[in-house]
Amino acid sequence: MTYEEILAERALADERLVVMTAENRAAIRNLPGKLGDRFIDVGIAEATMVGAAAGLALRGRIPVLHALATFLTLRAFEFIRTDIGIPNLPVKLVGGVPGLLSDGNGPTHQAIEDISLMRGIPNMKVFAPADAHELAAGIPAILDDASPWYVRFNATAPATDHHEPFDIGRAEIFGDGDDVAIITYGFMLREALVARDVLAAEGISSRVINLRTLKPIDVGAILAAADETILMVTVEDHFLSGGLYSIIGELFLKHRTMAPLLPIAFAERWFTPGRLDEVLVNEGLTGAQLAETIRLELISERTGSFHASRITSGMV
Amino acid sequence: MPPFNPDEPWLRQLALSVREHIIRMGTDGGCFIGASLSCADLLVYLYGRHLTISPETTASPDRDYLLLSKGHDVPALYGTFAELGYIDPARLANHLSVRDSIYWHPNRNIPGVEFHSGSLGHLLSVGIGIALDIRMRGGKNRVYVILGDGELNEGTIWEGLQVASALKLDNLIGIVDRNEFQANIRTEELIPLEPLEAKFEAFGWATERIDGHSFSEMEETFSRIPFETSRPTMIIADTIRGKGCPSIERRADRWFVNLTSNDADALLRELHGQAAADLESEILMVR
Repeated sequence: MTYEEILAERALADERLVVMTAENRAAIRNLPGKLGDRFIDVGIAEATMVGAAAGLALRGRIPVLHALATFLTLRAFEFIRTDIGIPNLPVKLVGGVPGLLSDGNGPTHQAIEDISLMRGIPNMKVFAPADAHELAAGIPAILDDASPWYVRFNATAPATDHHEPFDIGRAEIFGDGDDVAIITYGFMLREALVARDVLAAEGISSRVINLRTLKPIDVGAILAAADETILMVTVEDHFLSGGLYSIIGELFLKHRTMAPLLPIAFAERWFTPGRLDEVLVNEGLTGAQLAETIRLELISERTGSFHASRITSGMV
Repeated sequence: MPPFNPDEPWLRQLALSVREHIIRMGTDGGCFIGASLSCADLLVYLYGRHLTISPETTASPDRDYLLLSKGHDVPALYGTFAELGYIDPARLANHLSVRDSIYWHPNRNIPGVEFHSGSLGHLLSVGIGIALDIRMRGGKNRVYVILGDGELNEGTIWEGLQVASALKLDNLIGIVDRNEFQANIRTEELIPLEPLEAKFEAFGWATERIDGHSFSEMEETFSRIPFETSRPTMIIADTIRGKGCPSIERRADRWFVNLTSNDADALLRELHGQAAADLESEILMVR
């Protein structure tokens, strides 16, 4: 079933569900006729949509909101923080075309600080599905959970056959290689899995950790990777600051852990817009390009590790 | 219900008692006294006479909802709640204590407070959501949102006005506490609002203008809500900032005041028409 079909089925079975949009119906085109007055389109008014969702939630509803990720999380940020976050209302915020999926829209539409903003709100949880299958697998649990959620909407073609059932706070892990751990979420899983195959052909063993939810996050999987691999790599279509790289940095401090970590993200810049396949190449984010970046970093890290081990063993 | 006499002594007395509470909350840390005094009569009328709600029905799905959107006028609400039995009047002495939830902006831990506010431009949209749900469930209750006139600077108010009109929410009522002041400056000297009735009408709201200190005008006007079916209702209530204490009325520098106990006593005497007050208390021009 698609996201839209699941939402319709759930809403028809549970009158608490209300579907809202700020005139962004791409993912929910068929719902107006099915849901009647429980489909509410407020027009291009993201803040008003979020405030109204709070009012509906005060009356016992579970509003599921749709808007482009950048306008939902930025334009309406203070409404989300103040009207959803402070009272901890069960509102689900679904942001469309996040990260690279804004392809040709340009920087106005690039939601690449959405994870940073949403995870910073107390009580807010974050789901970043890798593709349409993972979105569909995860959405029932998100709707059932009593917390407010931000869903980084992604209904792209399946990146892989997902082998792990969806479980909030638990990553899906591909392989158990101990040279490299590629940690990622959302759309970049597809390229991370390609990178894993390319690295394997070069004799480099790796695991790919598909986080699914960034808050809560699978602390065990990350700390195990830090312990068991030579190099960790974060891959995300997000600003370098505030996203996964920052989350892992915070985790390391909390758990007094240190490990070599290569971040791949947008450092202090937006990405050059264009067709998605060209954007990937231009940004060095195709699986093959990621593999090459990782291979070079691993060589450097192995050299460094050797050097470090000589120092600690008094062989300098 | 017996015929309503807007000059009934109990309503006048209720308003006087609420103003006394407001002045007392203006000591030991202070409060936004100007806006609290300007909307006091509106809140006294609404809770004392008009709204379908009581201390026993603050959680009933069939109650009327009142949302204080600007929020910093909350001493008027708490004073009203104390007088009408929503909260123990002794609790008002906890104003600004970390051991209670009574501070400069509403907290919904206090019985009767529907939602927190203080960030301007939020509760019209929250009211839209509540009104939508009431309509979906076929309810007869209504949602009243008290807006500040300075708050009308915020763009989300005008966004919400359009959405409420498009959704034909005739169970939603906006009430502007038109005390003619922004925080520190007259509205017409900073971001002019007039002609305000024409603006609300143009945005699709059935609008009327009343004296926000006249119980008889309130009775006449509120009894006709909604003014039109399928349109939200807007009532512009012309009020006086600091109403009740002439020495602080219509004063740009009496938005937030932290009163000494002597000054509070002087204002209370002035409130009761005994003597004019001459304040020396701390004046906060900008917060």
